[in-house]
Amino acid sequence: MLTLNCPYCGVDADETDLHGEGEAHLKRFGPNSTDDEFHDYLFQRQNPKGVHFERWRHVYGCGKFFHAARCTATLEVFGTYLAQTLEPPQDIKDKITAKRPSWTWGNFS
Amino acid sequence: MSTRLANTGRLVNKNKAVSFTFNGKNLSGFDGDTLASALLANDQMLMGRSFKYHRPRGVVASGAEEPNALVNLGTGPDFEPNQRVTTTELYDGLSATSQNHWPSLEFDVGAVNKHLSRFLPAGFYYKMFIHPRPFWKYVYEPIIRQSAGLGKAPKTRDDDAYEHFNINVDVMVVGGGIAGLSAALAAGRTGARVLLVEQTAHWGGRAVVDQPTIDGTPAEDWVNTTLQALEGMGNVTVRNRTQGSGVYDHGYVLAYERITDHAPDVDAPRHRLWRIRAKQIVTATGAIERPLSFAGNDIPGVTLAAAVRDYAVNWGVSMGDRTVVVTNNDDAYRTAITLKKAGLDVPAIIDARDGAMGDLIEEARDLGIRIAFGKGIAKVKGNKRVTSVGICAQAGEGAELEEIACDCVAMSGGWSPVVHLWSHCGGKLVWDDAQAMFRPDAERPPLGADGQGFVTTAGIANGHLFTAEGIADGFAAGRAAAKTAGAKGKAGDAPAGSDAAEGAISPVWLMPQGAKQALRSKAWLDFQNDVKVSDVQLAAQEGFESVEHAKRYTTLGMATDQGKLSNINGLAILSKSLNADIPNVGTTTFRPPYTPISMSSIAGPAKGDLFQPIRLTPISDWSNANGADNEPVGQWRRPYAYVRDGETVHDAVNREVKNTRDNLGLLDASTLGKLIVKGADAGKFLDMMYTNMMSNLAVGKCRYGLMCTENGFLSDDGVVARIDDETWLCHTTTGGAERIHAWMEDWLQCEWWDWNVYVANVTEQLAQIAVVGPNARKVLEKLGGMDVSKEALPFMQWRDGKIGDFDARAYRISFSGELSYEIAVPASQGRAFWDALLDAGEEFGVMPYGTECLHILRAEKGFIMIGDETDGTVIPQDLNLQWALSKKKTDYLGKRAHSRSHMADPNRWKLVGLETLDGSVLPDGAYAIAEGDNANGQRNVQGRVTSTYYSANMDRGIAMGLVHNGPDRMGEVIEFNKVDGGTIKTKIVDQVFYDKDGEKQNV
Amino acid sequence: MSNAVSALQGAVAPGEVTVREGGLQGMITLRGDLSNAKLKSVCKTVTGANFPKMGEAKMSGDNALAWMSPDEMLILVPHSDVADAIAKIDKALKGQHYLAENLSDARAIIMVEGTFAREVMAKLAPVDLHPDTFKPGDFRRTRLGQVAAAFWMKDDDTFAVICFRSVADYTFRLLAAGAKGGAVGHF
Repeated sequence: MLTLNCPYCGVDADETDLHGEGEAHLKRFGPNSTDDEFHDYLFQRQNPKGVHFERWRHVYGCGKFFHAARCTATLEVFGTYLAQTLEPPQDIKDKITAKRPSWTWGNFS
Repeated sequence: MSTRLANTGRLVNKNKAVSFTFNGKNLSGFDGDTLASALLANDQMLMGRSFKYHRPRGVVASGAEEPNALVNLGTGPDFEPNQRVTTTELYDGLSATSQNHWPSLEFDVGAVNKHLSRFLPAGFYYKMFIHPRPFWKYVYEPIIRQSAGLGKAPKTRDDDAYEHFNINVDVMVVGGGIAGLSAALAAGRTGARVLLVEQTAHWGGRAVVDQPTIDGTPAEDWVNTTLQALEGMGNVTVRNRTQGSGVYDHGYVLAYERITDHAPDVDAPRHRLWRIRAKQIVTATGAIERPLSFAGNDIPGVTLAAAVRDYAVNWGVSMGDRTVVVTNNDDAYRTAITLKKAGLDVPAIIDARDGAMGDLIEEARDLGIRIAFGKGIAKVKGNKRVTSVGICAQAGEGAELEEIACDCVAMSGGWSPVVHLWSHCGGKLVWDDAQAMFRPDAERPPLGADGQGFVTTAGIANGHLFTAEGIADGFAAGRAAAKTAGAKGKAGDAPAGSDAAEGAISPVWLMPQGAKQALRSKAWLDFQNDVKVSDVQLAAQEGFESVEHAKRYTTLGMATDQGKLSNINGLAILSKSLNADIPNVGTTTFRPPYTPISMSSIAGPAKGDLFQPIRLTPISDWSNANGADNEPVGQWRRPYAYVRDGETVHDAVNREVKNTRDNLGLLDASTLGKLIVKGADAGKFLDMMYTNMMSNLAVGKCRYGLMCTENGFLSDDGVVARIDDETWLCHTTTGGAERIHAWMEDWLQCEWWDWNVYVANVTEQLAQIAVVGPNARKVLEKLGGMDVSKEALPFMQWRDGKIGDFDARAYRISFSGELSYEIAVPASQGRAFWDALLDAGEEFGVMPYGTECLHILRAEKGFIMIGDETDGTVIPQDLNLQWALSKKKTDYLGKRAHSRSHMADPNRWKLVGLETLDGSVLPDGAYAIAEGDNANGQRNVQGRVTSTYYSANMDRGIAMGLVHNGPDRMGEVIEFNKVDGGTIKTKIVDQVFYDKDGEKQNV
Repeated sequence: MSNAVSALQGAVAPGEVTVREGGLQGMITLRGDLSNAKLKSVCKTVTGANFPKMGEAKMSGDNALAWMSPDEMLILVPHSDVADAIAKIDKALKGQHYLAENLSDARAIIMVEGTFAREVMAKLAPVDLHPDTFKPGDFRRTRLGQVAAAFWMKDDDTFAVICFRSVADYTFRLLAAGAKGGAVGHF
C-alpha cells in the first residue's frame, strides 16, 4: 500500500486516503479537434513498466488533485507536485534522470 | 506412549491444572500448555487425518509450521475450524474436535483411499474428472466435497469484537528470539521508535530451549534481562502473541495480535490487526526444521527433532519412551542428549553423514548413546503409532540391516530460514550450499518509496544458525535500521554469545539415497495435502518443470501451512528429477499472511451494524418509525414506500401514487445533491459543465440541466438555480452529489485553474422536502409566510423567505407533473419542518411518499431518470433531449464526442413510451426481439425497457424504453421477451402518459 | 431557532474514554486566498482565534479556526452566531473572490475524551498519532473507518471529531466501539 506526500497539505497520506485519477498531463481536445486527436485524448493511455506520471486526489484529506512521478515496477516515488502545471518540474525530472538515466515518457525525458 | 515428565517443563505451572475436552473426552493439562502438549501429555498422539488419503496423523512440529494437527475449536458463535494445536494455548473449558474424518478419528472409512493411493497420483483430479464435462458439476464435485475438505465452516455468527490499530514506527522488529531482542535493544538504545512483535506467548525462541551462553549468563537470563530493559524504554513497544504476518509496499506491515484466544473470558477484542507504517523492518523470524523424506515419515510419532526437544524442555512432555533420532546435522544430537538426560531411552542416533566431529557428538557418545553414521531409515513401521524403524545404508536402495523398536522418531533434515516476510514484497534469496538452505540476499532487498531497501533480516532467518553470529547479526541489523530511519543515538555494545562446536550438515533429500518406488511412494513431502516424493517425480516426468506448475499439479505446499515443511524438500526432489541445481529451479512465491489470520481481524470493526456506514437524513428517524420500507441508494437508505398496517408494499405504493395526484404528498428529498458554485467565472464554468446554457439564467429562476462526460454520455441531471450575480445552486442526483462535486473540482483544479470559481457541497446542510399535489399550495399558505401564489412564485422560479417559523428556500419545480414545491430548510430544522407540514397537511389529505411513487409519477410524465434511462452508454440525443444541447455554445464537456460517427449514427436506439396490448407490466430490462439471429446464434434485438411500472392512475402497465428508430415508429407493435420465454406484444407510444399538456403543474 | 437539533441530539457513550456528540456547532466554510490580510483579519474578528498554519487548528474558547486546505478555512463559532459572522465576512471581503457558506448543519461534532482517546482514534484513522507527532493544535483530515472525518486535539486527552451529518450515527458508534475495546497500551 502506497504512501504519497500531498504537496498541498504536506501530509504523508496512506493510499486509503487517496484516489487514483489516471494519467497525468493529458491535453484536452475539444470541438475543433480531429477524430484522431480526440480519440487519443479519450482512450490512448500510457502503461509503462517504469517511470510514470499520474494524477491522484487527496480525497479523504484536503481534497486537492496532485501529480505523482513514480516507477510502476519498483513503486519508487520520485516526487509529487502540484496539479497546476503542464509538465513535471525540473527538479523531479532531474531526480528521475539520476536514477533512471534513459527514461522517457510522452514528450518528456 | 507420550507422557508428562517429572522434572522438566519451563513453561507449565504444574500446580495449576486446566481441564479441557477433545472429541468429547474430558482431559486435563497444566496452565502454560499448548493444546498440543496437553494432548501429548494425555497420550493422545493421533490428532487428525490427512486431506486426501485420510491417513492417521499426529503432531509433527511444535509451532506455526504444524501441518497435521488441525482441530475445530469452540462451539456456537466461538466455533472456528482448522486451528493448529501447536499454536493454541490451553485454557480452562477449551473444547476441541478433530476434523476431516468419518465416522471417527480412530476409525475412518475414508482411510480406504490410502489403499487406492496407487490410483490417486499427482494430477489425478485433472486427469480423472475432466470427462464427461457435466459430470464435474453434478457428480464428481459433490462427492469430492463430501469426502475431502478440512474443518467445517462456522454456522453461527461470531459475536466477538475485533479491531484495527494504526501506528507509525521507525523500526519494526519481527521475532522475539535472541536476534530480534538484540535488534530491538540496539534500535531502542538509539532512541528510535521501535515495535517488537513475537507470535508466541514467550520470548527467546530456540535459545531458551537450548540454553547457550550469552554475555556470560544462560540465554534465558539474558532474554529476561533484555526484555525488562526493552519494556523500560518509552520509545519501545514489545508485544507477544502478535505475528508479523505480512510486509507490503512502502513499509506497510500487518501484525496479527491474538488478545483473548488464550483467555476467552477477558472482556476485550479477540484479535487486533496492527496496520503499521515502518521506516525499516528487521525480520528475525528464525528458521523451520526440515523433515527427512523416508518411507512412513508421516506415521504418528515421527516428529521434528527440535519439536521433540521443545515438548520435553518447555512443556515437560515426552513424545515417547524410546526415541530414535535420525539426522544429517549436529543439532538433532541436542534432542538425543536432552531426552537421555531426562531419563528416556534413545536406542540410536541414525546419522546419514559418513562421519562428523563436534562437541554435541562427543557429549552424546559420552552419555552412551549409540551413533550409527552412514545410515538411514528404510521404513517406519506402525499404523496409528510408530512401533519400530528399519535401518539401512543411506547410500543404498533401502535393504534393511536391522530393526529398532521405538515409539518416537525425531528427525532433522537441517534448517530453512523463515524468509517469508523478507520475500513478501520482493526480497530475493540466495542458495547457501554449505548450509543447504535458501537465505535472504542482502544485495537484493525489497525496495521502498525511496528506492532503497526497507527490510533487513537478522539471526537464524539470515542464515546465522549459531548463537554468537546470530545475536551479533541481530544487534547490527537493529542498529543499522535505526540509523537508516534517522535515529541519532548510540546503540552501545553488542551482546556476545558462544556456541558448542558443530560439524557440517550434509544435505539429504531422500532417505536412503537410492530408495525404490515402493519406498518413495510412502515418503511424504507435504503431510497435509498428501504429496509424496513419487508425486513430485511424476510431475517432473510429465513435464511440469516450473516449480510453480509442479506445485499446482501436485498440490505441494498448497495446504493451510503453505508448505512451510515441504517446499524445500519438494523443490530438491524436483531439481534432482530435472537434473538441475536447486537455485536454478527456484522457489514458489511467498505471499502474506505468514499463517492464516482470522477474516474478522481483517474486517476489524466493520461487522454487524458497523458493516458499512448508512447515511441518514434529518427525517430518516421519522420514516423508520412510520413504516418506511427502505431501499439503498448508495449509502443512503431511502423509503421505497411507507407501509401501513394491513398493506403490502405494492398497496402502499399505489395508495401513495393516487394520493399525491389527488391530494397532497410529501417526499424527503434531502439526499439530492446540492452544490454551490460561486465566482466571477461561475457562469462560464457551468456552461462547460452543462450541455445547456447556464450563464444566462436570470437570478431567481431555475433551469433543468444535463451533464455529460467527455465521452458524450449522460452523467447527471438536475435543476440549477441562479442565486445571485455570481452564485448558482446546482442540484444533482442523490448518487451524484460527491461524484459531481469531485468532477467540478477536477476541472477547476486541473484544467481551468485560472478561473475564479469556488464550489461547496451543501447537500447535507439542507433538509429538502417536496410538497406535491393539488393541495401543495394550500398547505404552504396555511403555514404562512412567503407568497407562494402562481404570480409570486411561478413555475421554475425560487424564492427565499419564511414558511411558518422556518427560514426556507422554496423552488417551484416538479418531477411529478403536479403542482409542486421543493422546500429547503437548515438540516437542524428539517425534522421540525417535516412535522409542521404533516400537521398542517392533515386536513388536505397529506401522506408521505417513497421513491417508488416518485418513480411512477415521473414515468407517467415521461421524465427520464439517470441510472434508469441512462447506463453510461446513452447520449442526450437518445432520450430526445436535443433541446438541452446548446447550439450557441462553442464548447461544453461532451460536445466534441457527440459528433463522433457512432454518436451521430441515425440508427441509434431512442426513447419512446411503451404500452403492452394486454395492459400488463413489462419486465424490467426486457429486450425487444427482431428478426433473425446474430453471429453467436442469439436472437437479434431492437430495443430494451428502461423503466416499467404499474400505474395506479392509469390502471395499467406503463414503460419507457430505447427502441431502434423508436420515435419514427409510433403506433407500431413490437414484442418484448418475458423471463418465462414467451413474448409480450407492445405498442410504441408517446413517452408522456399522463396530463400530456402539463395543465396540472401549471396552476 | 428553538426547534433546531443536532444530528445526534447530544448522544453520550460513557466510559473510561467517553464519546459525546458536541451538539449544535456553528461551522462556516470559507474558501479564498488565505494569504489575504483582510481574510485573516476577519477570521480573527469572528472567532478571536489566531490564524492557523497548514495542518493546524487554533482555538479561542469554543471558537476555532482550522486549516482545511490551501484555499479553505473552517470557522467555528456558536451556532446562533453564524449568520452574523457570515455577514461580517461578506462585508470584509466584498469585491474579492471568496465563498463563505454556512455548513453547521451539514456536519456533526463528536468529542472523544479520556485517558486513551489517542488510541481510540488510532484504531480508526491511518494517521501517525504518536504523541511526538500529533499534538494539541494539530489538525488532520482523513478517514475514520469508512467515512471522511477531520479531527484535532483540544488537550492531551480530548479529540474533537467532525464528520458529515448523515454518517454521524455511524461515526459515533464506531468511536464508541473503539472506546469499548479498551486501551491498547501502545502510546
